[in-house]
Amino acid sequence: MSRRRATRLGVLGPAALLFAAASLDFVPHAAAEYADVVLNKRAEREGVRPVVFPHWFHRIRFRCKVCHSELGFKMRVGSNDVLMSDIIDGRFCGACHNNQIAWGPERCDLCHTGKPGLPSGIYGGHETGGPGRW
Amino acid sequence: MDSLRRSIGRVLALATITMACSAANWLPLESDGVHDPTAPGVKHLQQPAEALKVLPPDTTGNHVRWVEALEKGAINPRDRLFSKAPTQIREDDILLNLNGGMPIVRFPHRAHTLWLDCGNCHDHLFKAKAGANKFSMFAILQGEQCGVCHGAVSFPLTECSRCHSVARSGPSRVPAASPGGGAAPATR
Repeated sequence: MSRRRATRLGVLGPAALLFAAASLDFVPHAAAEYADVVLNKRAEREGVRPVVFPHWFHRIRFRCKVCHSELGFKMRVGSNDVLMSDIIDGRFCGACHNNQIAWGPERCDLCHTGKPGLPSGIYGGHETGGPGRW
Repeated sequence: MDSLRRSIGRVLALATITMACSAANWLPLESDGVHDPTAPGVKHLQQPAEALKVLPPDTTGNHVRWVEALEKGAINPRDRLFSKAPTQIREDDILLNLNGGMPIVRFPHRAHTLWLDCGNCHDHLFKAKAGANKFSMFAILQGEQCGVCHGAVSFPLTECSRCHSVARSGPSRVPAASPGGGAAPATR
Protein backbone atom coordinates (compact mmCIF):
# COMPACT_ATOMS: atom_id res chain seq x y z
CA MET A 1 0.00 0.00 0.00
CA SER A 2 1.42 3.38 -1.00
CA ARG A 3 2.04 5.94 1.70
CA ARG A 4 -0.43 8.33 0.04
CA ARG A 5 -3.15 5.72 -0.01
CA ALA A 6 -2.46 4.85 3.60
CA THR A 7 -2.71 8.52 4.57
CA ARG A 8 -5.95 8.86 2.71
CA LEU A 9 -7.33 5.79 4.47
CA GLY A 10 -6.07 7.18 7.77
CA VAL A 11 -8.15 10.31 7.25
CA LEU A 12 -11.19 8.79 5.56
CA GLY A 13 -11.52 5.86 7.95
CA PRO A 14 -12.15 7.92 11.10
CA ALA A 15 -14.22 10.41 9.07
CA ALA A 16 -16.45 7.59 7.85
CA LEU A 17 -16.76 6.27 11.37
CA LEU A 18 -17.69 9.72 12.64
CA PHE A 19 -20.27 10.07 9.87
CA ALA A 20 -21.75 6.65 10.70
CA ALA A 21 -21.95 7.58 14.39
CA ALA A 22 -23.53 10.93 13.57
CA SER A 23 -26.15 9.39 11.27
CA LEU A 24 -26.99 6.78 13.91
CA ASP A 25 -27.72 9.69 16.18
CA PHE A 26 -30.47 10.84 13.82
CA VAL A 27 -32.38 7.60 14.22
CA PRO A 28 -35.15 8.52 16.67
CA HIS A 29 -34.45 7.12 20.10
CA ALA A 30 -37.10 4.93 21.63
CA ALA A 31 -36.37 6.40 25.00
CA ALA A 32 -39.85 6.39 26.52
CA GLU A 33 -40.80 3.55 28.83
CA TYR A 34 -42.11 0.57 26.85
CA ALA A 35 -45.80 1.01 25.96
CA ASP A 36 -46.10 4.65 26.97
CA VAL A 37 -49.02 6.13 25.04
CA VAL A 38 -49.14 9.75 23.90
CA LEU A 39 -52.67 11.14 23.42
CA ASN A 40 -52.67 14.27 21.33
CA LYS A 41 -55.68 14.07 19.07
CA ARG A 42 -57.15 17.15 20.71
CA ALA A 43 -54.93 18.23 23.62
CA GLU A 44 -52.65 20.71 21.90
CA ARG A 45 -55.38 22.02 19.68
CA GLU A 46 -57.23 22.83 22.90
CA GLY A 47 -54.19 24.54 24.37
CA VAL A 48 -52.79 21.94 26.78
CA ARG A 49 -49.82 19.61 26.59
CA PRO A 50 -50.37 16.09 25.20
CA VAL A 51 -51.26 13.35 27.71
CA VAL A 52 -48.70 10.66 28.50
CA PHE A 53 -50.38 7.43 29.60
CA PRO A 54 -47.89 5.02 31.21
CA HIS A 55 -49.01 1.41 30.76
CA TRP A 56 -46.36 0.22 33.26
CA PHE A 57 -47.81 2.33 36.08
CA HIS A 58 -51.38 1.22 35.45
CA ARG A 59 -50.73 -2.50 34.98
CA ILE A 60 -49.15 -2.71 38.41
CA ARG A 61 -52.53 -1.66 39.79
CA PHE A 62 -55.08 -2.95 37.26
CA ARG A 63 -55.31 -5.93 34.94
CA CYS A 64 -55.63 -5.13 31.24
CA LYS A 65 -59.28 -6.12 31.16
CA VAL A 66 -60.38 -3.42 33.60
CA CYS A 67 -59.72 -0.70 31.04
CA HIS A 68 -59.87 -2.75 27.86
CA SER A 69 -63.07 -4.58 28.72
CA GLU A 70 -65.02 -2.79 31.46
CA LEU A 71 -64.10 0.77 30.51
CA GLY A 72 -64.20 0.22 26.77
CA PHE A 73 -60.74 1.37 25.70
CA LYS A 74 -60.02 -0.19 22.31
CA MET A 75 -56.58 -1.76 21.98
CA ARG A 76 -55.42 0.46 19.18
CA VAL A 77 -53.75 3.81 19.55
CA GLY A 78 -55.87 6.56 18.05
CA SER A 79 -59.08 4.55 18.01
CA ASN A 80 -60.41 5.92 21.30
CA ASP A 81 -62.16 9.27 21.33
CA VAL A 82 -61.67 10.42 24.89
CA LEU A 83 -63.11 13.85 25.69
CA MET A 84 -62.60 15.72 28.95
CA SER A 85 -66.39 15.83 29.25
CA ASP A 86 -66.42 11.99 29.22
CA ILE A 87 -63.79 11.89 31.95
CA ILE A 88 -65.65 14.42 34.11
CA ASP A 89 -68.78 12.28 33.68
CA GLY A 90 -66.92 9.23 34.93
CA ARG A 91 -66.27 7.49 31.64
CA PHE A 92 -62.89 6.20 30.39
CA CYS A 93 -60.11 7.62 32.64
CA GLY A 94 -62.84 9.21 34.75
CA ALA A 95 -63.90 5.81 36.12
CA CYS A 96 -60.87 6.03 38.43
CA HIS A 97 -59.62 9.59 38.02
CA ASN A 98 -62.43 10.94 40.15
CA ASN A 99 -60.62 11.88 43.40
CA GLN A 100 -61.67 8.55 44.89
CA ILE A 101 -59.45 5.95 43.27
CA ALA A 102 -57.00 8.42 41.68
CA TRP A 103 -56.60 12.16 41.28
CA GLY A 104 -59.53 13.96 39.70
CA PRO A 105 -59.94 15.59 36.30
CA GLU A 106 -59.22 19.09 37.67
CA ARG A 107 -55.57 18.12 38.15
CA CYS A 108 -54.78 18.90 34.50
CA ASP A 109 -51.03 19.10 35.01
CA LEU A 110 -50.63 15.54 36.23
CA CYS A 111 -51.79 13.92 32.97
CA HIS A 112 -51.00 16.64 30.45
CA THR A 113 -47.23 16.29 30.82
CA GLY A 114 -46.21 15.44 27.25
CA LYS A 115 -43.72 17.27 25.08
CA PRO A 116 -45.50 19.74 22.81
CA GLY A 117 -45.57 18.56 19.22
CA LEU A 118 -45.53 14.82 19.92
CA PRO A 119 -47.95 12.90 17.69
CA SER A 120 -50.36 10.41 19.25
CA GLY A 121 -48.92 6.94 19.35
CA ILE A 122 -47.42 4.16 21.38
CA TYR A 123 -43.80 4.79 22.35
CA GLY A 124 -40.93 3.02 24.00
CA GLY A 125 -39.25 0.80 21.46
CA HIS A 126 -42.12 -1.48 20.58
CA GLU A 127 -41.02 -1.67 16.98
CA THR A 128 -39.21 -4.75 15.83
CA GLY A 129 -37.44 -3.56 12.73
CA GLY A 130 -39.75 -5.97 10.92
CA PRO A 131 -42.00 -5.43 7.92
CA GLY A 132 -43.86 -2.60 9.60
CA ARG A 133 -40.69 -0.51 9.31
CA TRP A 134 -39.25 -1.83 6.06
CA MET B 1 -2.14 -11.62 48.31
CA ASP B 2 -1.93 -8.23 46.67
CA SER B 3 -2.91 -9.66 43.32
CA LEU B 4 -5.87 -11.44 44.94
CA ARG B 5 -7.00 -8.18 46.51
CA ARG B 6 -6.57 -6.46 43.18
CA SER B 7 -8.65 -9.03 41.31
CA ILE B 8 -11.39 -8.89 43.96
CA GLY B 9 -11.36 -5.13 43.54
CA ARG B 10 -11.69 -5.53 39.80
CA VAL B 11 -14.62 -7.94 40.13
CA LEU B 12 -16.36 -5.55 42.53
CA ALA B 13 -15.78 -2.63 40.17
CA LEU B 14 -17.15 -4.66 37.27
CA ALA B 15 -20.20 -5.66 39.32
CA THR B 16 -20.82 -2.02 40.22
CA ILE B 17 -20.60 -1.00 36.58
CA THR B 18 -22.95 -3.83 35.55
CA MET B 19 -25.44 -2.86 38.25
CA ALA B 20 -25.21 0.79 37.22
CA CYS B 21 -25.88 -0.20 33.62
CA SER B 22 -28.88 -2.38 34.45
CA ALA B 23 -30.28 0.32 36.75
CA ALA B 24 -30.09 2.66 33.79
CA ASN B 25 -32.80 0.66 32.00
CA TRP B 26 -35.42 3.07 33.24
CA LEU B 27 -34.92 6.67 32.27
CA PRO B 28 -36.13 9.43 34.58
CA LEU B 29 -39.40 10.86 33.26
CA GLU B 30 -37.76 14.24 32.73
CA SER B 31 -35.39 12.82 30.12
CA ASP B 32 -37.44 10.02 28.53
CA GLY B 33 -38.26 11.96 25.39
CA VAL B 34 -42.05 11.99 25.82
CA HIS B 35 -42.46 14.03 29.00
CA ASP B 36 -41.93 17.77 28.90
CA PRO B 37 -39.39 18.40 31.68
CA THR B 38 -40.84 21.88 32.17
CA ALA B 39 -44.38 20.55 32.70
CA PRO B 40 -45.31 21.35 36.30
CA GLY B 41 -46.85 17.93 36.96
CA VAL B 42 -43.87 15.78 36.03
CA LYS B 43 -42.12 16.07 39.40
CA HIS B 44 -45.19 14.61 41.14
CA LEU B 45 -45.30 11.43 39.07
CA GLN B 46 -43.79 8.12 40.12
CA GLN B 47 -40.51 7.31 38.39
CA PRO B 48 -40.41 4.00 36.48
CA ALA B 49 -37.20 2.91 38.23
CA GLU B 50 -38.80 3.23 41.66
CA ALA B 51 -41.76 1.04 40.73
CA LEU B 52 -40.11 -1.46 38.40
CA LYS B 53 -36.76 -2.26 40.01
CA VAL B 54 -38.44 -4.38 42.69
CA LEU B 55 -40.24 -6.61 40.14
CA PRO B 56 -38.89 -9.81 38.49
CA PRO B 57 -36.34 -8.57 35.94
CA ASP B 58 -36.50 -9.12 32.20
CA THR B 59 -34.12 -8.22 29.41
CA THR B 60 -36.58 -6.38 27.21
CA GLY B 61 -39.78 -4.33 27.17
CA ASN B 62 -40.31 -2.72 30.57
CA HIS B 63 -37.52 -4.98 31.90
CA VAL B 64 -40.16 -6.69 34.01
CA ARG B 65 -41.53 -10.22 33.73
CA TRP B 66 -45.11 -9.16 34.20
CA VAL B 67 -46.75 -12.60 34.31
CA GLU B 68 -44.20 -13.79 36.84
CA ALA B 69 -44.76 -10.65 38.90
CA LEU B 70 -48.47 -11.44 39.00
CA GLU B 71 -48.05 -15.16 39.66
CA LYS B 72 -45.58 -14.55 42.50
CA GLY B 73 -47.72 -11.87 44.08
CA ALA B 74 -45.14 -9.12 43.58
CA ILE B 75 -48.07 -7.14 42.19
CA ASN B 76 -51.78 -7.62 42.82
CA PRO B 77 -53.60 -5.59 40.20
CA ARG B 78 -57.38 -5.19 40.55
CA ASP B 79 -59.31 -7.37 38.16
CA ARG B 80 -62.53 -5.32 37.97
CA LEU B 81 -64.10 -2.02 38.93
CA PHE B 82 -67.85 -2.50 38.65
CA SER B 83 -68.50 -5.94 37.26
CA LYS B 84 -69.69 -8.64 39.65
CA ALA B 85 -68.55 -11.44 37.38
CA PRO B 86 -65.67 -13.44 38.83
CA THR B 87 -62.43 -13.68 36.90
CA GLN B 88 -62.43 -16.56 34.45
CA ILE B 89 -59.03 -18.23 34.31
CA ARG B 90 -58.58 -20.81 31.59
CA GLU B 91 -55.76 -23.23 32.24
CA ASP B 92 -55.18 -25.10 28.99
CA ASP B 93 -52.42 -24.55 26.44
CA ILE B 94 -52.91 -24.41 22.70
CA LEU B 95 -50.22 -25.66 20.34
CA LEU B 96 -49.98 -23.64 17.14
CA ASN B 97 -47.93 -23.69 13.97
CA LEU B 98 -47.81 -27.47 13.87
CA ASN B 99 -46.64 -27.62 10.27
CA GLY B 100 -44.24 -24.70 10.09
CA GLY B 101 -40.47 -24.57 10.13
CA MET B 102 -40.03 -22.82 13.46
CA PRO B 103 -40.54 -24.63 16.76
CA ILE B 104 -44.21 -25.11 17.67
CA VAL B 105 -45.93 -22.25 19.49
CA ARG B 106 -47.32 -23.05 22.93
CA PHE B 107 -50.01 -20.50 23.76
CA PRO B 108 -50.72 -20.55 27.50
CA HIS B 109 -54.31 -19.54 28.23
CA ARG B 110 -53.55 -19.08 31.91
CA ALA B 111 -50.96 -16.33 31.48
CA HIS B 112 -53.36 -14.51 29.18
CA THR B 113 -56.55 -14.89 31.21
CA LEU B 114 -54.77 -13.66 34.34
CA TRP B 115 -54.68 -10.28 32.62
CA LEU B 116 -57.40 -10.34 30.01
CA ASP B 117 -61.06 -11.11 29.56
CA CYS B 118 -62.03 -13.82 27.04
CA GLY B 119 -63.75 -11.08 25.03
CA ASN B 120 -60.49 -9.18 24.52
CA CYS B 121 -59.40 -11.81 21.98
CA HIS B 122 -62.53 -13.88 21.16
CA ASP B 123 -63.93 -13.78 18.65
CA HIS B 124 -62.87 -10.62 16.87
CA LEU B 125 -59.15 -11.54 16.89
CA PHE B 126 -59.31 -15.33 17.18
CA LYS B 127 -62.15 -17.80 16.77
CA ALA B 128 -62.59 -19.79 19.95
CA LYS B 129 -61.84 -23.09 18.27
CA ALA B 130 -58.44 -24.74 18.01
CA GLY B 131 -57.52 -25.08 14.35
CA ALA B 132 -59.95 -22.44 13.13
CA ASN B 133 -57.45 -19.57 13.01
CA LYS B 134 -54.86 -18.81 10.37
CA PHE B 135 -51.81 -17.13 11.89
CA SER B 136 -49.30 -15.05 10.01
CA MET B 137 -46.06 -13.61 11.38
CA PHE B 138 -46.40 -10.94 8.72
CA ALA B 139 -49.73 -9.80 10.18
CA ILE B 140 -48.39 -10.12 13.73
CA LEU B 141 -45.38 -7.93 12.94
CA GLN B 142 -47.77 -5.34 11.52
CA GLY B 143 -49.65 -5.19 14.80
CA GLU B 144 -52.49 -7.61 14.05
CA GLN B 145 -53.42 -10.87 15.84
CA CYS B 146 -50.89 -11.50 18.68
CA GLY B 147 -49.19 -8.27 17.58
CA VAL B 148 -52.03 -6.18 18.99
CA CYS B 149 -50.31 -6.60 22.37
CA HIS B 150 -46.97 -8.32 21.69
CA GLY B 151 -44.70 -5.63 20.37
CA ALA B 152 -46.67 -2.87 22.05
CA VAL B 153 -47.31 -3.69 25.71
CA SER B 154 -46.46 -7.38 26.16
CA PHE B 155 -43.01 -8.81 25.49
CA PRO B 156 -41.84 -7.72 22.04
CA LEU B 157 -41.64 -9.74 18.85
CA THR B 158 -37.88 -10.00 19.04
CA GLU B 159 -38.38 -12.77 21.62
CA CYS B 160 -39.14 -15.55 19.10
CA SER B 161 -38.42 -18.47 21.38
CA ARG B 162 -40.79 -17.40 24.13
CA CYS B 163 -43.69 -18.36 21.83
CA HIS B 164 -41.93 -20.81 19.52
CA SER B 165 -40.97 -22.89 22.50
CA VAL B 166 -41.80 -26.52 21.70
CA ALA B 167 -39.26 -28.60 19.77
CA ARG B 168 -40.64 -30.07 16.59
CA SER B 169 -40.65 -33.73 17.48
CA GLY B 170 -44.23 -34.20 18.49
CA PRO B 171 -46.53 -32.83 21.17
CA SER B 172 -45.17 -35.44 23.59
CA ARG B 173 -42.24 -33.06 23.97
CA VAL B 174 -44.33 -30.33 25.60
CA PRO B 175 -42.18 -29.03 28.48
CA ALA B 176 -43.39 -29.46 32.04
CA ALA B 177 -45.99 -26.88 32.96
CA SER B 178 -44.32 -23.65 34.01
CA PRO B 179 -46.11 -21.11 36.24
CA GLY B 180 -47.79 -19.99 33.02
CA GLY B 181 -48.40 -23.54 31.86
CA GLY B 182 -51.45 -25.65 32.33
CA ALA B 183 -53.27 -28.83 31.60
CA ALA B 184 -53.12 -31.03 28.52
CA PRO B 185 -52.64 -28.86 25.47
CA ALA B 186 -55.11 -28.72 22.62
CA THR B 187 -53.50 -28.73 19.21
CA ARG B 188 -54.12 -26.92 16.04
